[in-house]
Amino acid sequence: MTRTGLWPSVAIIAAAVILPSLLIAVTGGSPVAALQALVQGGLGDATAVSQTLLYAAPLLLVAVGACCSARSGAFNIGQEGQVLIGALAGAAAGLRLAVPGPALLLVVLLAAALAAGVWAWLSALMNRLRGVDIAVSTLLMTFLAQQLVAFAVTTPWLLQESRLGDAAALPQSNKLPARTLLASLGDSPGLQLNLGLAVSLGIALLVAVALDRTRWGFRLTMAGLNPAAARHAGVPVAAVSGLALAVSGALAGMAGAVLLASPLSTNRLQPDISINIGWDGLLVALIARNRPLLTIPVAVLFATLRAGGSFLAATGVPSYLVDVVKALLTLAFVAPAVMRRRTVAA
Amino acid sequence: MSAVAVDLETILSSGIRLAAPLAFAACGEYIAERAGTLNVSVEAMMLSAAFGSIAVADLTGSATAGLLAGVLLGVLVGAAHGALSHRWQVNTFVVGLVLNALVLGLTSYLITVGDPGRHQVAQLSVPGLRDLPVLGAPLFVERWPVYLLIALVPLAWWLVERSRWGLELRAVGENPEAADMTGIRVNLRRRQALLWCGALAGLGGAHLAVGEVGSFNQNMTAGRGYLVIAAVIFGGWRLGRTLAGCALFGLADALRLALPALGHTVNSQLLISAPYLLALLAMLMFTTRQRRPGALAQPFGRAP
Repeated sequence: MTRTGLWPSVAIIAAAVILPSLLIAVTGGSPVAALQALVQGGLGDATAVSQTLLYAAPLLLVAVGACCSARSGAFNIGQEGQVLIGALAGAAAGLRLAVPGPALLLVVLLAAALAAGVWAWLSALMNRLRGVDIAVSTLLMTFLAQQLVAFAVTTPWLLQESRLGDAAALPQSNKLPARTLLASLGDSPGLQLNLGLAVSLGIALLVAVALDRTRWGFRLTMAGLNPAAARHAGVPVAAVSGLALAVSGALAGMAGAVLLASPLSTNRLQPDISINIGWDGLLVALIARNRPLLTIPVAVLFATLRAGGSFLAATGVPSYLVDVVKALLTLAFVAPAVMRRRTVAA
Repeated sequence: MSAVAVDLETILSSGIRLAAPLAFAACGEYIAERAGTLNVSVEAMMLSAAFGSIAVADLTGSATAGLLAGVLLGVLVGAAHGALSHRWQVNTFVVGLVLNALVLGLTSYLITVGDPGRHQVAQLSVPGLRDLPVLGAPLFVERWPVYLLIALVPLAWWLVERSRWGLELRAVGENPEAADMTGIRVNLRRRQALLWCGALAGLGGAHLAVGEVGSFNQNMTAGRGYLVIAAVIFGGWRLGRTLAGCALFGLADALRLALPALGHTVNSQLLISAPYLLALLAMLMFTTRQRRPGALAQPFGRAP
């Protein structure tokens, strides 16, 4: 680390703690009460922990996917849109396909992953054909995805809910059939562990092994670290990073299906179903420095902040404070990681 | 005046009002991107300036002071982006997205705890010209900051295309290694470009708040920064076409708002997504790709 490398990160971490407290104090609240509310709402009792873990599942999926694409050198920042595309495809499959029994849940998850994977892969295709920046195209396609979902839920012949009597149809889809919903695994008094968490933990472990212990993961990391060297070693860099991008999109899409089928939503496709999980999941991966196993604790931390955030309002502190904390934390963790590799900047 | 002319006048007026904040910010983004920074934090610059302008206008009682505060806040965000990405070499997209999240959280928090009320700068209309049919009201009856564009657009163009500083700036964006060899301080130039970008995007955001709307609401810019990025791409990194893109996007938005009231059905989703579609198509289909600054979004550091 260079001599000047340490102080900025220390300063930013301090700011991540001090600035929010200062904000609360200046606007007439009590920082201690706010912190208590955050902890209570996120970890205080079984209900709070259940809520936190509900948020953790989709966050983890998005973050693990982001690790894949970032490691391969294809920087995907369009997770928010991929979550939406996943939810859209999941809703279409769940409402339209006549698959018997609980197999429909599997179909919903896979349809979401497939659609969002293809959606993300389009960016890789545009990059390959015309050299379009992957970060730019994934970002722009997020806004297309938002409008696509809005279009689907306001168009009667697509996914808008069917009208009941004289009631006007709202911009949302019908409710998903009960057999497609993610069930709760056992409820020991109050504590509910959702099936979604089990799915995403399993996938996180799988991706961790695949990235660190398989040929695929090695080639992917190689393509990201030094594309020229990888090409010389016979790695088809474009194909490898294209696949990584598709995997990252697929996992974000699956997060969309998890949101749709878990108690976090009304189990209807709505334009705001993604509730910023895509953006947050990207931040989780950044803090975890693209290591899949590290994303697990970070995702739980972010989920705690989310669940606790809704309890902040009771102390008179707007829950937007949580967004400030998340952004500052990310800055604190991102800056020093890169500063260590700092070259002699002109 | 016929009914059609009145409708046209309404749509044009609203189109220009929607395009003006984009045009200010697009001038800034154009400077930053020509220096090689793909600056996603333009949204943060606009949003912080929009909030700051209303807050300062409330404190001082002067909307003009608010406008200036907006410019300063934009510069501050630009300085932060510059320090992080061109001093400490953090990925520019990461910096942009985090700054956007930070500013969105901060401004949402502050607007919830405080209520700065309404503040708006004066309207200025050009005598004589304002009475022109159809074009008179849209072009010559505006909040006064709009007319700053008449000076700022040529300034941005001259800075980049004709000044010595701009020549170095373009060299930095095109081939930083070569620029470095000739003794240009690459990262310094990029930071300076971001300060210009911050000032102009800040002016755009402040104009949106104290100029057009007169108040601030949560997430007021609502993705306008991303529209600006789309406009610069659509314009092929040339100022004239970028501004044409802004005008087009503003008009599309105006059509979306006006047509339903006039009894036409429109596909609002298509009109909202048109700018992003056009930007993607521009990158895919036209030769604009060759006009893209060679080192766009690539960090620069000498080999150790």
